[in-house]
Amino acid sequence: MNKHSDNHIVPYRLYIQVLAGLIVMTILSVAITKINLDTLTVFAAILLASIKSALVLTFFMHLKFDNKLLQILVISVFVLVALVLFITFLDYNFR
Amino acid sequence: MSNLNAVSFREEQGRYKGIFAWIFSTDHKRIGLLYLYSIVSFFLIGVLLGAAMKLELLAPGKTVMDPATYNAIFTLHGVIMIFLVVVPGLPAVFGNFMLPIMIGAKDVAFPKLNLLSWWIYVFGAIIALSSLFMGGGPPDTGWTFYAPYAFKTNTNMLPAVLGAFILGFSSILTGINFIVTIHRLRAPGMTWFKMPLFPWTLYGTGWIQILATPIVGITLLMIVGERVLNIGFFDPALGGDPILYQHLFWIYSHPAVYIMILPAMGAISEIIPTFANKSIFGYKAIVISTLAIAFVGYFVWGHHMFTSGMSGTALYTFSLLTFIVAIPSAIKVFNWVGTLHKASIQLETPFFWAASFLFVFMIGGLSGLALGALATNVHLHDTAFVVAHFHFIVFGGVGFAFMGAIHYWFPKIWGRMYNTRIATSGWIIFFIGFCTLYLPMFFLGVTGMPRRYYDYVENFHGPNIVSTIGSWVLILGLVIILTNLIRSAYKGEKASKNPWGGRTLEWTVDSPPTLENFEEIPVIDRGPYDYRKNPE
Repeated sequence: MNKHSDNHIVPYRLYIQVLAGLIVMTILSVAITKINLDTLTVFAAILLASIKSALVLTFFMHLKFDNKLLQILVISVFVLVALVLFITFLDYNFR
Repeated sequence: MSNLNAVSFREEQGRYKGIFAWIFSTDHKRIGLLYLYSIVSFFLIGVLLGAAMKLELLAPGKTVMDPATYNAIFTLHGVIMIFLVVVPGLPAVFGNFMLPIMIGAKDVAFPKLNLLSWWIYVFGAIIALSSLFMGGGPPDTGWTFYAPYAFKTNTNMLPAVLGAFILGFSSILTGINFIVTIHRLRAPGMTWFKMPLFPWTLYGTGWIQILATPIVGITLLMIVGERVLNIGFFDPALGGDPILYQHLFWIYSHPAVYIMILPAMGAISEIIPTFANKSIFGYKAIVISTLAIAFVGYFVWGHHMFTSGMSGTALYTFSLLTFIVAIPSAIKVFNWVGTLHKASIQLETPFFWAASFLFVFMIGGLSGLALGALATNVHLHDTAFVVAHFHFIVFGGVGFAFMGAIHYWFPKIWGRMYNTRIATSGWIIFFIGFCTLYLPMFFLGVTGMPRRYYDYVENFHGPNIVSTIGSWVLILGLVIILTNLIRSAYKGEKASKNPWGGRTLEWTVDSPPTLENFEEIPVIDRGPYDYRKNPE
């Protein structure tokens, strides 16, 4: 059931591209604080942080090359957290 | 499978002797029993506190204690029963003992982590209960530690909160252990859909333990931060929001209800086919509804907060989701009843517990829907109706399933039979006591008696007397049950491998099992409840 991936060798170029993406998004998440997004401020910060963590999980933590079941489990956990946050904000944003 | 030289896990000589052979054992069966003895001890303390509360409510005004003591007692009753008894309850005791055997493994995936989780449990319990013996006395906030009162009371909040925080780690470690065990250690041939239903419910529970418990951990730390460092999270005076506390608390504590009830449902799903001598009806539907409850159960926490001042949008959403989560629970009940249809039922004690579970669980579940509806909730919120509802679910559901499970697996765990006539008498008395104790509370709640009050107006006197008498009957039943089980563990008739005719793997190993359960790991080629052909 669990062959735990066939030793994927990931080219350095890909790592550098991901790193560049992470740096750009870090700069973006600082820059975005200058714009007044009102109620979407928290949403924007969480969205950027989520994309960054997704990149880290997918490439640096090799989730992309892991077995399907683990991929589904990790994605489900993130969906769950997103839904919990979404529902919590149904209270705060509509009070 | 039997080996003449093999001794049971109880007689096995390990590295240590006496009590150390137990408290330092990494055998999943010994750890399960360590949990059992600890949990039953705390349960008895919780029962005595509950009985003291009922005694106070025997008559209006002061009966046996003052209001402050009453507040402390209902808080302690709640903290002990929730954090020390029902949350660990079935997974820690029967999950530890039975899971590896039921999936054909020799132990859990991380035996040392398993022992550590028991030690953390004991440590957390000591910290939580230490508040009793410190100046200031035990907390008086209720087990929910609601803000902002939790920051203002002069009682010993911090030990109770830290205790609950530490206990959370025990729960997380058990969850991790069970998930990995189920993923990695199933016997060859045991595909996911050949796995018995009790392990399935432990799997769903494991995920809730891992994903929900950290939230309450952080929340409890935030209370400490607010009390000690004056950081304004929840206290309006410091710029915090008390409703945020309720959100965070219930984001954990509602799924925690499913940590309690899912394994209970799993145990019932084991008992019913065995005593119906019939394959369970709708195996896959039960599995899917287990996972659906575990998933949807995350999104209904707001129904504890309908009168707290949430937005209208949140109110409608939570109410709708609450009604949705009732569906998979109802599917399970339908399947259990479907299994009993045209079955050749063995009327033994575990079956009586399972059948009465169905009865009380339905009352608890349906009264939950009355509370899940927004309009009726406003009327019933914080009344005795809520207390009756959750005791029907938590004590009726989990408690009855626990009792059913202990009577079902008793011959396997202790290798002896109990006196079934006494056990059944105990069940009848307990059941009558339970209904007499809690049914009047529905009536009291509807007519307006608030919960957590040590006093009441004369109109409520009659049902309160009935309820208090019910608590005495229940305790009588409990004494009979426990005396019978303890006596039988020492002096009962020797049990065979499979006294009830069960088909799951635990009934193929010795009673009590040997240290490594199986001499040879079995190869699975049939479903867990295959009653069509005789496997022997």
